[in-house]
Amino acid sequence: MDDSLIGAPLRRLEDRALLTGGARYVDDLNPDGLLHCAFVRSAFAHARIGAVDMAAARALPGVHAVWAAADLAGILTQDRIPEGFPKPGANRREVGPYVLARDEVTYVGEPVCAVIAETRAIAEDAAERVEVAYDALPAVADCRAALDRGAPDVDSRDPGNLVDSYTVASGAVDEAFAGAAHVVTAELRQHRGVSSPMECRGSVLRFDAGRGRLTMWANTQAPHSHKSVLVHLLGLDEAKVRVVVPSVGGGFGPKLLFYPEDAVAAAGAMTLGRPVKWTEDRREHFLATTQERDQVWEVEMALDADGRILGLRGRLYHDQGAYTARGTNIPFSSATTILGPYIVPAYRMEVFIAGTNKVPATSMRGAGHPQGCFTMERMLDLAARKVGMSPVEIRRANMIRADQMPYTHPVKTQAGQPIAYDSGDYAACQEQALKAIGAEDFPARQAAARGQGRCLGLGLANYVKPTGRGPFESGLVRVGTSGKVSVYTGAIAMGQGFHTAMAQICADRLGLRPEDVTIVAGDTDTVPMGIGGFASRQTVTAGSAIHLAAGKVREKLLGIAAHLMEASENDLELAGGRVTVKGVPGMSVSFADAANAVAGTPGYALPPGMQAGLEANVDFAPSNVTYANGAHAVIVEVDTETGGVRIDRYVVVHDSGRLVNPLIVDGQVQGGVVHGLGNALFESMLFDDGAQPVTTTLAEYLLPSAPEMPNIEIHHQVSPTDRNPIGVKGVGECGVMSPAPAILAAIEDALAEYEVTLDRYPVTPMMLIEKINAR
Amino acid sequence: MAKKAHVTVTVNGDEYEALCEPGQTLVDLLRNELELTGTKEGCSTGDCGACSVMLDGKLVCSCLVLAMEADGRSVDTIEGMATENNLHPLQRNFLELNGLQCGICTPGILIAARALLERNPDPTETEIRYWLAGNLCRCTGYDKIIRSVMAAAEEMRGA
Ligand code: FES
Ligand code: FES
Repeated sequence: MDDSLIGAPLRRLEDRALLTGGARYVDDLNPDGLLHCAFVRSAFAHARIGAVDMAAARALPGVHAVWAAADLAGILTQDRIPEGFPKPGANRREVGPYVLARDEVTYVGEPVCAVIAETRAIAEDAAERVEVAYDALPAVADCRAALDRGAPDVDSRDPGNLVDSYTVASGAVDEAFAGAAHVVTAELRQHRGVSSPMECRGSVLRFDAGRGRLTMWANTQAPHSHKSVLVHLLGLDEAKVRVVVPSVGGGFGPKLLFYPEDAVAAAGAMTLGRPVKWTEDRREHFLATTQERDQVWEVEMALDADGRILGLRGRLYHDQGAYTARGTNIPFSSATTILGPYIVPAYRMEVFIAGTNKVPATSMRGAGHPQGCFTMERMLDLAARKVGMSPVEIRRANMIRADQMPYTHPVKTQAGQPIAYDSGDYAACQEQALKAIGAEDFPARQAAARGQGRCLGLGLANYVKPTGRGPFESGLVRVGTSGKVSVYTGAIAMGQGFHTAMAQICADRLGLRPEDVTIVAGDTDTVPMGIGGFASRQTVTAGSAIHLAAGKVREKLLGIAAHLMEASENDLELAGGRVTVKGVPGMSVSFADAANAVAGTPGYALPPGMQAGLEANVDFAPSNVTYANGAHAVIVEVDTETGGVRIDRYVVVHDSGRLVNPLIVDGQVQGGVVHGLGNALFESMLFDDGAQPVTTTLAEYLLPSAPEMPNIEIHHQVSPTDRNPIGVKGVGECGVMSPAPAILAAIEDALAEYEVTLDRYPVTPMMLIEKINAR
Repeated sequence: MAKKAHVTVTVNGDEYEALCEPGQTLVDLLRNELELTGTKEGCSTGDCGACSVMLDGKLVCSCLVLAMEADGRSVDTIEGMATENNLHPLQRNFLELNGLQCGICTPGILIAARALLERNPDPTETEIRYWLAGNLCRCTGYDKIIRSVMAAAEEMRGA
């Protein structure tokens, strides 16, 4: 269908409010009588809590409550936050954080006491007056050392630092190594850092005592799971709790969680008779918002004489932090995504998830997947050197060919599903990326630059990323008696242009313009179930649900109109908010008339065979994830005097199946790439050996900014999937997959004469200078 | 508690009066007293640019300015950028070219970009990138922001 709205690069419907300062984010909401929270946080990475003196804080005018853990016992049903994403048959140390610390603190920033006061300033002043006696305990900072015999316990109440371990394997890997022509070994360190949305976390809670109803406004990525946490923590009925998501200033993963501060604000709203707001400041974001931190990989790759992979094996250590706030799936994703677009006949990765005295680690844009990609791409570059092939050739030699699709890897996901790639032409993506960046002419350009004393290098990295994770998402499409169309879903908008994309999908089915459709996302009162925004899932899952629901509404519209006009459904078409007899523009029924026909009139039956209400609700449950892929190519220039890296060109060839809105997709890919470039070159959440955070402002933790970022050139391949009715794959996390391995490869190429090998990111100027000088 | 002071400030041409704490910042005054929440607060330390406003025609981080310092002066914020029915060319080009995603950095970026175009109507891409170095955006990767500013500059030069 050429005039389909799916695929149209439409301007975003949400932008006008955002551009004029009219949009409302959670911190813009100030209900009457609002109170504010501040927290006393642990300054110790690990300590026993002694006496807590809250008298001076309580005495401060304007203070309504000062609480330690024990004070919440009568308000909350439990003292810990229920863990998100618990694994069936939970692990030994798989336990959620405390609302307020009891007896012991296990990371710097852990909330110990809470203050609720008239203003944030008063609350902060009161928090400073709380005296907490600490008895310092030894802290664990490194996730591999955490598992050493004799390492101190992260938490003395729950000794032993191994949170979980498992092995992902297939094939006879040791035999593969025994017969290998080449074996490449490496130890790689990875660090994803702090999510850093420009809007920090926040929530506003209001309890309506008259109706016994609690409303939470929160910048969460998962309102339905927030609702269920509130129901459990407060012992309320489902019907008494509503969670609403206003405009969200970026999510990136950690905003999925329900945090201790949210629980305190809820407790305040329930007991103090006034609404309560919690707004995180930037320092708190560095200390107390979950991060996706370190992984240490010990990896070996076996190859035959022609550079074909025979086997891959190793150990992966994952830093989980002090609590398990949201499952243990991140390193599982790393350990499976590592296979990427390549054929790996035999594989074994032993995964060790270790506790440390740091804020808990949970998923951030990419959620473990970029680390898998990094490891494979790095190993291939190292192997290429050893075997004597180019990085391009070795990838070609190992790639899953288009004629082998669909392709199933022998290993399975954590849920036991096959890793079954649905569609994609990986070789074509790589070739297109090489062509676009001018790989053929690059050696000449590189040599010419070298003649002028400049070091240029080219890097390449491929990825395959699962998207559209289930189990389901909801979509309710309704035509009101006004004739207006509204869509309700449990998915949420956090800046992706979600409303526009969903309006396109709905309008496409109903013959409308997208601006005629209102999307309501992130309000638990409007749909009973929902999962939310993460894992590049919403266009696939919510988009499909809305597509199918709109299809059902379309059927109903045709049926009603056929009845009203005594026409055959086959002779009808939908356009401009009317159902019209084809070729007879005068004969039509408006959406409003159709909706009214099934709205019901007391005393009269509905038209024969019709159900009440012109609406349909679909929960779309995909059979499996759908796999997006792409190739990144980059040219960098390295200054051997300063160690500075300038990105000369960056090319992405991206395949996420059918595109709903290319303008939005390109923006998402570019944003992801720059997040990945931040990881590759700048972002480093540093802790000292005692697990004290040392980068706690945006001046110390470097985010990518405009001057050092390149233009990002995007090309598309389109390999639709048959795993959902629109043929789409997810986008949000794809851009972040490959920048780090591509950049490191390019830097090594630029510094070839210095024989520099890079085994970690971010790559800092200091690191490069040391390596250059070591020659 | 320290004594509050009376502050008179003109915002987007309208005069406002407020009682301010000595430690209260301009961004707090705008957002929480005057209910002009279009200006955002991303860090409170001068590192993110989300709070950018014009103070007597000079670009400032309103988280680093005390409310009292704004007494008797004039402030321009995002709320004053569009007229009734017309978006500013910058706003229009951000809309056309998808120069925003979540939008939380956008008011600060628009104010900063307007300040650039007032002093340099024909900036190069590099000049735009350096001018916006203090305005962080986590969503867009900057590419489309830069393109939007260049297109707006061109349109404004033609106008
Ligand atoms: S809030 Fe002022 S610069 Fe970040
Ligand atoms: S658009 Fe989200 S931070 Fe810039």
